[in-house]
Amino acid sequence: MAAGAAAATWRSFFFFLPRPPLLPPRLSAACSRRSSSGAAAPKDKTPKRSTFRPAASSTHDWIGPPNPLSNLRPIVFHVPENESELEKRLRHLRQETEDWNHEFWTKQNLTFGKEKEAFIISQLQAKGLTLRDEDGRRRALNSEEMAKFYKSFLDKNRTRHANYNKEWYRRNFTITLLMARVALNSMWRTITERSSSKKNT
Amino acid sequence: MYKTPCSRLSGFVGVSVKQKLIQNVPRCNQTARSLIQLHKRDPSKWLTYQHLNFLKRQYVSKNSSELQQRAILKQTPVLTIVDERDDSVERQVERIPTIEAVPQPEDVTSKAQPEISTLKSKDVAAKKGSVSRVVATSEETPHIHVESNEAKQARLDRQWKELKVDVADLPDIYARLAKIKLTALVVTTAAAGYAMAPVPFDPIMFSVSLLGTGLASCAANSINQYFEVPFDSNMNRTKNRPLVRGQISPLHAVSFALACGVPGVALLTLAVNPLTGFLGALNIFLYTCCYTPLKRLSISNTWVGAVVGAIPPVMGWTAATGCLEPGALLLGGFLYSWQFPHFNALSWNLREDYSRGGYRMMSVTHPAMCRRVALRHSLGLIGLSALAPALDVTTWTFPVVSLPINLYISYLAFRFYRRGDRGSARKLFFCSLWHLPMLLLLALTCKNHSRKQEDATPVPLSLPAH
Repeated sequence: MAAGAAAATWRSFFFFLPRPPLLPPRLSAACSRRSSSGAAAPKDKTPKRSTFRPAASSTHDWIGPPNPLSNLRPIVFHVPENESELEKRLRHLRQETEDWNHEFWTKQNLTFGKEKEAFIISQLQAKGLTLRDEDGRRRALNSEEMAKFYKSFLDKNRTRHANYNKEWYRRNFTITLLMARVALNSMWRTITERSSSKKNT
Repeated sequence: MYKTPCSRLSGFVGVSVKQKLIQNVPRCNQTARSLIQLHKRDPSKWLTYQHLNFLKRQYVSKNSSELQQRAILKQTPVLTIVDERDDSVERQVERIPTIEAVPQPEDVTSKAQPEISTLKSKDVAAKKGSVSRVVATSEETPHIHVESNEAKQARLDRQWKELKVDVADLPDIYARLAKIKLTALVVTTAAAGYAMAPVPFDPIMFSVSLLGTGLASCAANSINQYFEVPFDSNMNRTKNRPLVRGQISPLHAVSFALACGVPGVALLTLAVNPLTGFLGALNIFLYTCCYTPLKRLSISNTWVGAVVGAIPPVMGWTAATGCLEPGALLLGGFLYSWQFPHFNALSWNLREDYSRGGYRMMSVTHPAMCRRVALRHSLGLIGLSALAPALDVTTWTFPVVSLPINLYISYLAFRFYRRGDRGSARKLFFCSLWHLPMLLLLALTCKNHSRKQEDATPVPLSLPAH
């Protein structure tokens, strides 16, 4: 009954949305409706992340500031109470993809930084210059010289990048399809709940 | 549709004149900013100034020498972040620090946090004599703020946001997702194509075809952003996009793209003509499924992107006439050739970001070719302008009046070819921004109107022949 009333209010709210109600705002709304007590279990995070815990009454996922190493924003996923198999699969896939992405980009950025340093130092040494000039500031190479490094970095990592692309596209599609299925499922459940509550009254 | 960091421009004379003004004011950000604030509310001018201003902030480095390879952060608030190739109001330009070999606790200064708090925590740190100190002496990381671990953690914790869609924000989010400024540019070139077609001007068909083109462009841009989330996170220019910030989910973005693309292409096919609808669908496909993945695989992405940019004026022409004529292809040719000086110059100063992000662009992998191609196509624009009267698109006056601007851009392209430095690349890029609208406008004023009479006259002549 309460669920039906809540569903009705949410439906009337989304009536004013400029978009057809086939979108995940509905999903998160549905999630928040079902998790009545609203307690989100704080996920245990990998050591690289900050130890942020979403508020106890949170009903949504949380997204954080960009990680300084990978520049990707971590998401803390909200685990609803009556999580279906499909939703669990989606959440695990998203978490796994996030970790995989984070690992790739951390490695990429760190490698880039290291190799760039090494390149600059080797170039300066070849020219017979010290790393820092008289004022104590670092010397930098001009753009033509740096371009050699950028080109070699891209060429060296060509296959690795291509593999990452393929994998990323595959994961992105799978996650989106799963999200669509979850959204449709929750809509179907809402409709059946509503019709069954109508039958009861 | 253009490639991601693409250009913004408006096709109006008033704006292009003011653009020239801005360029001529040497590095005077103050004037530029006040001009921008003056025109902030006018949407037709809004995109150009913001864009120019943004680019000046990104590329104008404090040292005039070439030593600086990276974009320099400005402390002053930036009014908007524009994306070309690929976005809303920002308080501060952030720079993604490249990771040093020894990872130091560098800060990523946050948008959400005003400058004051970091200064405050700096004072606190100075007083407390905190544990982790990073002293930045080099010019490579000029904006390291010293703050204690606790203050930093507290600040980062405050930046966590709920992944909840705020309905009030949706229009703004959709605008950024669809790269509304780029879409406006695409629609402008399609309008030019329509206006140049040698048929009577039909305002209803004109509006419908522009609407359809705009929707198709929104769809393509949204899908592009959907594909590129982790890459966008790692590039300075694009890290404030809605999907990167998690303001909407990927499913939401795809649904929005479908909701724009399907009606857009349907509108073009049914209300305009099937040829235009086909071209619209083809362009979406080329942009999302060819150009976007190719960006990371091969430098040929630039050529595909140039075709993507060339199709909208062709669409405008076919919307008017219903068939693919040499005139349409000529207009497409203008856009195609223009892309190269424009994009090559832009990408020249983004080489580090492209390399780190794994994008294969000519400017990174084949720098000499990059400059050569830009020069070649700038000269090609002169040739194309000369071709216009031959195809009856314009009168003979067009190549003459367009010669000055074509020569100017060729001159800048030649300088870029010879020097290959940041300054010449920047000048060429800014020139390309006003060059295209001027060229289209001149073509419009020199349009060959007598073509209609030529088709009409043979008919009455044949009647008294017997």
